[in-house]
Amino acid sequence: MTLKPEDIRNIAHLARLHIDDADIEQYAADLSSILDLVDQMNQVDSSGVAPLSNPLDATQRLRDDEVTESNQRDKFQSIAPDVEQGLYRVPKVIE
Amino acid sequence: MTNSVTEIRRGLKQGKFSSVEITQDYLARIAQHNPALNCFISVTDEIALEQARTADAALASGEAAPLTGVPLAHKDLFCTDGVKTTCASQILDNFIAPYDATIIENFKRDGAVMLGKTNMDEFAMGSSNENSSYGNVANPWNTDYVPGGSSGGSAAAVAAGLTPAATGTDTGGSIRQPAALCGVTGIKPTYGRVSRYGMIAYGSSLDQGGPFARSAEDCALLLQTMSGFDRRDSTSAEQAAPDYSAALGQGIKGLKIGLPKEYFAEGLDARVAGVIETAIDELAKLGAKIVDVSLPNTGLSIPTYYVIAMAECSSNLSRFDGVRFGHRCQDPVDLEDLYKRSRGEGFGAEVKRRIMIGTYALSAGYYDAYYLKAQQLRRMIKQDFQQAFGDVDLILGPTTPETAFKIGAKTDDPVSMYLQDIYTISLNLAGLPGMSLPVGFSDGLPVGMQLIGNYFDEAGLLNAAHSYQQVSDWHLQVPEAFR
Repeated sequence: MTLKPEDIRNIAHLARLHIDDADIEQYAADLSSILDLVDQMNQVDSSGVAPLSNPLDATQRLRDDEVTESNQRDKFQSIAPDVEQGLYRVPKVIE
Repeated sequence: MTNSVTEIRRGLKQGKFSSVEITQDYLARIAQHNPALNCFISVTDEIALEQARTADAALASGEAAPLTGVPLAHKDLFCTDGVKTTCASQILDNFIAPYDATIIENFKRDGAVMLGKTNMDEFAMGSSNENSSYGNVANPWNTDYVPGGSSGGSAAAVAAGLTPAATGTDTGGSIRQPAALCGVTGIKPTYGRVSRYGMIAYGSSLDQGGPFARSAEDCALLLQTMSGFDRRDSTSAEQAAPDYSAALGQGIKGLKIGLPKEYFAEGLDARVAGVIETAIDELAKLGAKIVDVSLPNTGLSIPTYYVIAMAECSSNLSRFDGVRFGHRCQDPVDLEDLYKRSRGEGFGAEVKRRIMIGTYALSAGYYDAYYLKAQQLRRMIKQDFQQAFGDVDLILGPTTPETAFKIGAKTDDPVSMYLQDIYTISLNLAGLPGMSLPVGFSDGLPVGMQLIGNYFDEAGLLNAAHSYQQVSDWHLQVPEAFR
């Protein structure tokens, strides 16, 4: 599997990662060699095998619908990069 | 000074030394040796001494908990309320965790003293500790060599006697592999045994916390504190942990131990194989019955793991967006620029590679070929173990294919680094417990032996390792420069 520079740019966009242009070629080479490793999976026929997502085959545990957490907004926002009046500030989204 | 948790507990109870005294001793050793080893990202002297004073008061009034006054260190991916928690990443360089991980709460409940937060591969992604944004950790047995990873700071700190014990996490071998390379004892419990709450996630269906210490006896004490059901972890096992210390000393007479032929095949260093074979002979002398087993899909575990781990990491690490906590880029022009540059500046190269592979594997049109396929192989790998455990009590093999490698030897080739995890990674896919214990040396570097147990049989693993450590002294060896 060979990924091209435009594939890397597309993947990086999907992952919301800025990659410097100078590094694109190296990522293309590295990711291609990782995908070559991953392609070894195709040596085995696994048709009909049920996928395993939780190693213990456990299902999601549900809890009672009760309030268990107290409001800690001020504590959590004390480590935020930019807050104002209890809100997280980001660049303008709607013009 | 002793490095044994068991002896420290005894000494504290008998009043031979105070917690403040022993905590000061360890802080002094950290100050002396950490510059050469770089095991710690943060040293929490003030917290340690305050906890030690509280511990001494509790000891004096006869109210001691299981670990009261025992100093230890935590991998810097466990959230610690009010203390910097970096995951060795620039994206969390300014992150003061606003709450404690469950295991941190448990250690506080049981009276332990926190010396500091240990270095690691960024977000636990690596097998050499060279992926830390705070610099690599050196192996105490030879500082030109890596300590393993990702919990390399914890393993090296225990090996050099900078702490009697430490916590780690293991997603593909990140406790067992550095334990092997540094010559200490470490255990990865069954998936679900130790709460993942407050443990910064890498691969959520693979991650497990566990302890490093000098001996199985000490690991039993730490694991006791760490184990147990936690409602705040949605995959926590609803099972009470047995008394691990009480399970030690049963011996291994009649215990059936399986050797997977795939773990002794091509790729295993012949000198490592020789050391492991000598240890197997010792176990046979203790009465264990050694038989051959087969785990035919072992070779598939690396590609399967990397698809699952990278897919899960691409999802987990989407939370680092520069909005609510962590690094934010300067002067973002719009929201997309804020996300992309904050993440681009904050994450290191290996983390970016894994996020991108995971994003690719989960993207439209590729899901079946990668993620679904990997989950099918994951079941086949699990079934191999289930079949083997139909016949044996424990499975045994080398922890790693070779001893520690030189710093820089594998940094140019991510895939050659991934191959270090060939014997450890399948346990995470299957969710099984495993541990590594030192069984000898090759060219002056430690060799680790891996024991693999059936689901929730940590007690069986600890008992077998303890039996071996009763008749050997590899676990007591300390590198000359750190005696």
